[in-house]
Amino acid sequence: MLNLVRPGDWLVLGLAGAAVAALAVHAWQGERGDALIVRAGGKVVERVAIDRHRILEVGGPLGVTRIEVEPGRARVQSDPSPRQLCVRQGWLARAGEAALCLPNQVSIEIGGKRPAYDSLVY
Amino acid sequence: MTRSFIELPVSDDDRRIAHLAAIAIGLSLAEAALPSPVPGVKPGVANIVILLVLQRYGLRAAAWVSALRVLAGSLLLGNFLAPGFWLAASGALASLCALAAARALPERFFGPVTRSVLAAFAHIAGQLALASVWLLPAAGLRFLLPVFAAAALVFGTANGLVAARLLAGDTPGRRESVPCPHP
Repeated sequence: MLNLVRPGDWLVLGLAGAAVAALAVHAWQGERGDALIVRAGGKVVERVAIDRHRILEVGGPLGVTRIEVEPGRARVQSDPSPRQLCVRQGWLARAGEAALCLPNQVSIEIGGKRPAYDSLVY
Repeated sequence: MTRSFIELPVSDDDRRIAHLAAIAIGLSLAEAALPSPVPGVKPGVANIVILLVLQRYGLRAAAWVSALRVLAGSLLLGNFLAPGFWLAASGALASLCALAAARALPERFFGPVTRSVLAAFAHIAGQLALASVWLLPAAGLRFLLPVFAAAALVFGTANGLVAARLLAGDTPGRRESVPCPHP
């Protein structure tokens, strides 16, 4: 069986496999976000790159919302809102993903070159 | 009463191409009966015949067999001039172009497996190119691309191995008729 496959065939098979893997990564990774947009009371208060670890603190009517940034992703670490929806949403990494802490009027959104959604309505 | 006959000379080449195309059409029909999880993902076993024809009788014969297979296969399946027909035609055309280009590769290092894989990738590329500009411009074909490419790799390799096996057991002059692939 093996002599049916010539040396160049292995090369082609390897290249084809690599192409499939590259396509899978390209098509399924989604657009990774590269920036974090923080809004409080509807206004953008902070716009930072998500390239290194840092903690942002944003004040709202109920108290302070702590936002944790790591390379490539961000989350709401703690928030005074009663139901903790935005905290439980966890890490956001893809462009267009957002977490809203409505009672405290703070929201975070991942920005990128091509957001996944044109607009979101809640 | 006068009768007029129009004699169409049929050469041996014609008979051979018709014979080979009939095999390819039969394989296409058998394959059309197989269920497929994703539309467009098929083994493409008829391409084994194309590979054999290309190797033994050259590109021109392979082009004829491929064209006849697409045309007659679509007539038998009832989708002549329907979108599926154009997809099959664009895929077949693209894979023939790839096969023609692959002839530049040295035979010593690149065998039927290479040709089959290249043809399979070209086939899916041709189909997707047509689908994305004409049939489904808005749909997220991008997300299915890896599925199609993986299928092309797997089935292209399998078909290439079958073709290589058939060609390896095929000493010239041993038979009069064409090797009939037993899938």
